[in-house]
Amino acid sequence: MARVAVDVVLKAEILDPQGQAILGALARLGISGVSDVRQGKHFQLEVDGSVDDEQLAKIADTLLANPVIEDFTIRR
Amino acid sequence: MTAVAVDTVARAAATPEQPQPYAELGLAEIEYRRIAEILGRRPTSAELAIYSVMWSEHCSYKSSKIHLRQFGEKAPQTDTLLVGMGENAGVVDAGDGWAVTFKIESHNHPSYVEPYQGAATGVGGIVRDILTMGARPVAVMDSLRFGPLGLPDTDRVLPGVVAGVGGYGNCLGLPNIGGETAFHESYLGNPLVNALCVGVMRTDGIKLARADGPGNKVVLFGARTGGDGIGGASVLASASFDQEHQKKRPSVQVGDPFAEKVLIECCLEIFAADLVVGIQDLGAAGISCATTELAAAGTGGMDVELDLVPLRDPTLVPEEILMSESQERMMAVVAPDRLDDFLNVCAKWDVLATVIGTVTDSGRLRMTWHGEQIVDLPPRTAAHEGPVYDRPIERPYDQDVFVEHDGRTLPRPRTGDELRATLLRLTSSPNLASKSWVTDQYDRYVQGNTVLAAPEDAGMIRLDESTVRGVALSVDGNGRYTNLDPYVGAQLALAEAYRNVAAAGARPVAVTNCLNFGSPEDPGVMWQFAEAVRGLADGCQILRTPVTGGNVSFYNQTGNLPILPTPVVGVLGVIDDVTRRTAQGFRTDGALVYLLGETEDEFGGSEWAYTVHGFIGGRPPTVDLARERLLADVLINCSRDGLVDSAHDLSEGGLAQALVECCLRGDAGARIVLPEGADPFVALFSESTARAVVTVPRTEEVRFTDMCTARRMPFARIGVVDLLDGRLEVQGLFSISLRELRRASASTLPRRFG
Repeated sequence: MARVAVDVVLKAEILDPQGQAILGALARLGISGVSDVRQGKHFQLEVDGSVDDEQLAKIADTLLANPVIEDFTIRR
Repeated sequence: MTAVAVDTVARAAATPEQPQPYAELGLAEIEYRRIAEILGRRPTSAELAIYSVMWSEHCSYKSSKIHLRQFGEKAPQTDTLLVGMGENAGVVDAGDGWAVTFKIESHNHPSYVEPYQGAATGVGGIVRDILTMGARPVAVMDSLRFGPLGLPDTDRVLPGVVAGVGGYGNCLGLPNIGGETAFHESYLGNPLVNALCVGVMRTDGIKLARADGPGNKVVLFGARTGGDGIGGASVLASASFDQEHQKKRPSVQVGDPFAEKVLIECCLEIFAADLVVGIQDLGAAGISCATTELAAAGTGGMDVELDLVPLRDPTLVPEEILMSESQERMMAVVAPDRLDDFLNVCAKWDVLATVIGTVTDSGRLRMTWHGEQIVDLPPRTAAHEGPVYDRPIERPYDQDVFVEHDGRTLPRPRTGDELRATLLRLTSSPNLASKSWVTDQYDRYVQGNTVLAAPEDAGMIRLDESTVRGVALSVDGNGRYTNLDPYVGAQLALAEAYRNVAAAGARPVAVTNCLNFGSPEDPGVMWQFAEAVRGLADGCQILRTPVTGGNVSFYNQTGNLPILPTPVVGVLGVIDDVTRRTAQGFRTDGALVYLLGETEDEFGGSEWAYTVHGFIGGRPPTVDLARERLLADVLINCSRDGLVDSAHDLSEGGLAQALVECCLRGDAGARIVLPEGADPFVALFSESTARAVVTVPRTEEVRFTDMCTARRMPFARIGVVDLLDGRLEVQGLFSISLRELRRASASTLPRRFG
């Protein structure tokens, strides 16, 4: 068994209202120096050896992420 | 950031032969040549961006314009219309100094690409249209059409669209008071998402989209501009950018309902303090549309410093800024002495506001980019004087096939058991089944002014807490009818929405429409369109309900296969006292069930033929608009005088479906006796128009029948409500328990979507 992490974030050019809200909250808390926030989803998958990179990409592409507006990265 | 050579006006004049990607931007060669003629030189790439979006079908109505004129030419005389077609939305007098504005718009294509965001931004866009008129948006409705239930793509699109409509509307705190959801194969690769919004204001608060008064400031406020919805602009950029830059340009717009909510409150405060001369929302074609339309409608000129536009993505080039469809943005024209007040209100609401230009009387729209002139054009040529096409029209040959194969020979149910099974099958069909899976995801009662909401015939809201005045709205369409006969089909959609509003007790006064069709370059589709517009304009004339505005959506097709022609018609009615409205459900024990109107053997395009036999053919039901007016008068009088305690219009599925809905809505049984001598199948399932089911308390029966007789409204007593007997019984034929009816009606959508 191995743990695989998949991160899903909105594509760089897609508006991220939640990220903007976090950015606004940082300013209200008096924290300066943060110029942008992008939020996303983090998945941890426990997989056995039969799941190869191609299958992981398929899982991410068809279920975990919405490829129209999101990018994903897979880390083994 | 690498400096990019900007295509300035001077450069355009000096390099007349430079090739430009007009075809990729959707402009025909003749259109490109006309632009060059107007300007006396080739356009700069920024000007090309403006013309390409403003002269697109979506913004210029170039294929539909010559037909849409009929809505104005045939408009009935009425004193209730305060603002007619041509503005962002029509405004109707609701009495006592109240005015309401409403409009419906499509967001079909984006909703197929990305269902959630497509539908959400569709709602956001129409809400801003209403806001732009100076009104507070108070309710939304939606008309949705999908491919067949049970196919994987419908599983992807439907839940996304419903969540998007609900997500955006709920976050804004706007009740969704009704609409429709329908299914047909032709919508599989091209769903229809039509969103309607209604707003309320005082009659003296109407705002118009115009930039008057030289020296006044042009202010862009709301969200920053990003790369949303500018897939097309990458063509312009491709000449000078690498692949990496292009890849970053999404064609999906993402909505931010919380930003829109703040924008609404900010605008309403600005309106209340009378701080703007003119205002326009940024929708399709973004800044291009707002600047050209404001300038064209006002003094005629505007100077804009495009580099002052606040950006979400600093790498955007002028062409992209001009074409961006980023959401939640508005443009206002403000007198210099009110500017500080205006900016203070924006600051209070934390809304970014930036002065980007000045109104002039030069008759030119001029834009600079870091001091260099990149746009210099007469705004009217982009906003109003775009190309107009009289597209070829040809009646498709298969229209004759429809008439020849009219479905008369389809086997019909005869026995009580067969009729019972048919009723259950229709009630559980995707088109007729309960849509509560959809509408339960919408907040229907937020703000506390909702009087009636789905699944009632019409949605109804009180205008304000201080009054009992209200408006009722219904949206309807039927692609099958329209396919069989576009002229009649459009009138049937109008008649149904009109009838729904009247059934609730409101007087129908105005119409908005969303015309969803295939490609205008297909002469057959163009014939459907021309016929539908003619039918709708004629119908509105007879019903004395002017068209106040709307939207045309062409190119709804998968490959070469167009959708069923689908004009969706929204009718708005006013009611003096919402406490006198009539709801749909049976509710009084012993009340007498009356059928108003006459029933003929009419099954062309019917739900029965489609659901049971998969058949679409024959003639759609006959339209009798004079009879519809009579029926509406009767229903409104009954409501006002308390002669009925429920009313429900008859449409798809006929009397049987109406009875099922009345019983389930009121959780009450009924014993029905079909008129003597009538063919039970025709009586139960025919879709003849201008009919309604009402229940009359016994004490009111004489007054009711006297009134119908005096007005020559055909009526028949067909049964009695029995609250305790949990069955719908059709005497001598069959009876079905409410439990079984509810299971049939309510399980269709949840079975698929959980």
